[in-house]
Amino acid sequence: MALAENSASEKAHRGFGGHVLYVLSENPITAVAFGLFALIVIVAILGPLITPYDPLESNAARALQAPSADHWFGTDSVGRDVFSRVIIATRLDMMISVAAVALSFVVGSIVGSIAGYWGGWMDAVTGRFVDTIMAFPLFVLAMGIVAAMGNTVENIIYATAIINLPFYARVARAEVRIRREAGFAQAARLAGNTDIQVLALHIFPNALPPMMVQISLNMGWAILNAAGLSFIGLGVRPPTAEWGIMVAEGANFVVSGEWWLAFFPGLALMIAVFAFNLLGDGLRDIVDPRQRT
Amino acid sequence: MFLDVENLNVTFKTRRGLVSAVRDVSFTLEKGETLGIVGESGSGKSVSSYAIMRILDRNGRIANGRVSFDDMDLTAFSNREMRELRGREISMVFQNPRAALNPIRKVGHQIEDVLRRHSRATKYTARKKAIKALEAVRISDPEKRYDAYPFELSGGMCQRIVIAIALACDPRLLIADEPTTGLDVTTQKVVMDLLAELTTRRGMSSILITHDLGLAAEYCDRIVVMKDGEIVEQGKPDALFARPANAYTRRLISATPRPGAEIGDLVDPPLPSPPRPELGAPLLQVKNLSKVFGHGDDAVTAVDDISFDIREGETLGLVGESGCGKSTTSSMVMRLMDPSNGEILLNGKPMTDVPAAKFARDPRRASLQMVFQDATDSINPRFTARQAIADPIRRLTDEKPNGRVEELATQVGLPLTLLDRFPHQLSGGQKARVGIARALASRPKLLILDEPTAALDVSIQAVVLNLLAELRASLGVSYLFVSHDLHVVRLLCDRIIVMRKGRIVEEGDTASIMDNPTDDYTKTLLAATPMAPRADRDEVDIAITAKQAIAE
Repeated sequence: MALAENSASEKAHRGFGGHVLYVLSENPITAVAFGLFALIVIVAILGPLITPYDPLESNAARALQAPSADHWFGTDSVGRDVFSRVIIATRLDMMISVAAVALSFVVGSIVGSIAGYWGGWMDAVTGRFVDTIMAFPLFVLAMGIVAAMGNTVENIIYATAIINLPFYARVARAEVRIRREAGFAQAARLAGNTDIQVLALHIFPNALPPMMVQISLNMGWAILNAAGLSFIGLGVRPPTAEWGIMVAEGANFVVSGEWWLAFFPGLALMIAVFAFNLLGDGLRDIVDPRQRT
Repeated sequence: MFLDVENLNVTFKTRRGLVSAVRDVSFTLEKGETLGIVGESGSGKSVSSYAIMRILDRNGRIANGRVSFDDMDLTAFSNREMRELRGREISMVFQNPRAALNPIRKVGHQIEDVLRRHSRATKYTARKKAIKALEAVRISDPEKRYDAYPFELSGGMCQRIVIAIALACDPRLLIADEPTTGLDVTTQKVVMDLLAELTTRRGMSSILITHDLGLAAEYCDRIVVMKDGEIVEQGKPDALFARPANAYTRRLISATPRPGAEIGDLVDPPLPSPPRPELGAPLLQVKNLSKVFGHGDDAVTAVDDISFDIREGETLGLVGESGCGKSTTSSMVMRLMDPSNGEILLNGKPMTDVPAAKFARDPRRASLQMVFQDATDSINPRFTARQAIADPIRRLTDEKPNGRVEELATQVGLPLTLLDRFPHQLSGGQKARVGIARALASRPKLLILDEPTAALDVSIQAVVLNLLAELRASLGVSYLFVSHDLHVVRLLCDRIIVMRKGRIVEEGDTASIMDNPTDDYTKTLLAATPMAPRADRDEVDIAITAKQAIAE
């Protein structure tokens, strides 16, 4: 009865953990990215527990010292420890970017899925709305939103979420659209699922792998965007520790030779963006069940 | 010896270590000969030919063995030398012509590419030569078709373009890998006849790789049967079919639908054909059904005023080639699409009062279910088999999914241990069973079978057809069997409707349609299917007994 039918049964079952390990071992760059990501998350969570100094405490006697055994990343113009400030800033920067990306992912997915599934006038309306956002230079739009709504962390999050929304909406629309008439969507309709159930339970989960790549790339942009806003004086205000502000403040001292003020927060920023950009491929492989064999 | 393959071994590096796809394969090919390589999916028939062309995937390699072509050892050739050879000496025709052609280049330019690549034409002569190549594959109005893009041409035309590209530089060996899979039977006949005529006229040797024994028997001088990466038998078609020595070959021959064979004869050992259910009152009535797509001048009539009935326990076959409107008809009967005109009645009550968009919540949804053509495409890749089968139970019935899923799995012969697998971890036959179990989950009265075996190997097709016949006998459901293949439909159906261009051209009992078709189109359809020479069961039995006698 079973000629080829038993061939699949020989394939051993592996758990999700085994799958993650396989993806990491197959692609060393993904492993590096996951390592960096884990480091960033741990630093963000532990934050205050691992800083050697109070990040806000100034000490005029120790101003502008170069990196040393006492102060690994040196001190700034009012004698605050740069290492502690870089560590503390991780949590704020991560919070802003995660919240902003989560918000644009949720709203963008809903808007894009609806446009992709029903098409017609809904597609036209959401399409033009998204085009309108895309028509602005995105960073200038974010500046405008923060300037108009007020200089707070929440507003940075909203601004970052709004400028990233179109990317999610477009990916979700395209991914849903190609699956709208797929066999499994038809089968789901026959199984008594309503349109919303077909979309939310059957089609959308299949659009997740490419969305994951988008999320990971976007996290990098979101961090850069938040830091950029702070750099030009919008958003987070001194003396709060934030990578963008620290680079902005440190930039004044680079010409006079105190390179460490801008260098270390800039390095942290670079590592974070780098890690998120590399994470994408690995994340896609992990959420795609077809990669599991 | 023109082509001599000796002890070819091909291995693939995969996640579970080295997998050997082809083991110790040896065969030869003379000048002007056509060799058929026949096997089911995973038999290594395509991989062998890719190895000859040296176009294996990056993780595959020729572990050992020799491929000598005209006394040159191809395995020792550098990539540069192989590039010179491909297209000029050996060329290939692929399975899916649309995928093999570049969608954004004119077909004429694609023929020129290969001519220029092998210096058979210059910038100035290329156009003329490309048009000549189009003429050679009998494309009407080649001057005009030169400027066509692949999407403007039908599947059969695209395959002719691919053949034109393959033959443009007069190669001495042509490898055709399932050249007609996915084409209609009438188109298949045209393409295969053309291919046979061109290779004969040019004195070329060719290798035809196919899963279809009938096709190989009709067009090949010699046949090699492969299974699991090994050659199990080879010989001349007549001898092979009359006296298959290998058990697998015998099973393959008996699984191929052919005139005279009953559904139970397809499996080995033969099963008694299950009883046909008693026919009851009319279950489904379709009256003057039409479907028009588009508006005004662009309007296309996909289904044009058709009417038919299905009684309780009856199986009706709906046969036609691609574009005849059979899929549109089944979508409308399934209430996934609203008709432009006409009525569909279930148990004498009209169903068209509830629009298709709202039908998912209608109580009659459970009575109408469907088995889809492509099991892979029709199961959500993120659902396990259990979740896929449980979905309709949860939505359409009051039953507890768990016990019922297992009951259904047992009914369709799916091992319970496989229920927690994802579709990509199941074989084609297992996925087909999941699809059937899901369709039966809501205890439907009418099941539409939309080419349920088109994507399956013949041996699996035989098993699935028998399963469907058993289920019909035990559950008493009615089937609407939609297919392009009259010889498959015949095995299961009481009555057959033949459709062409949205209209019903012939309707009648299975026997009368198969034996005395009145419509010309039905006759063409029947004649176009390649048939293997009949293997006489008695003769086979005698051969086996004789062998056993000698062995003893």
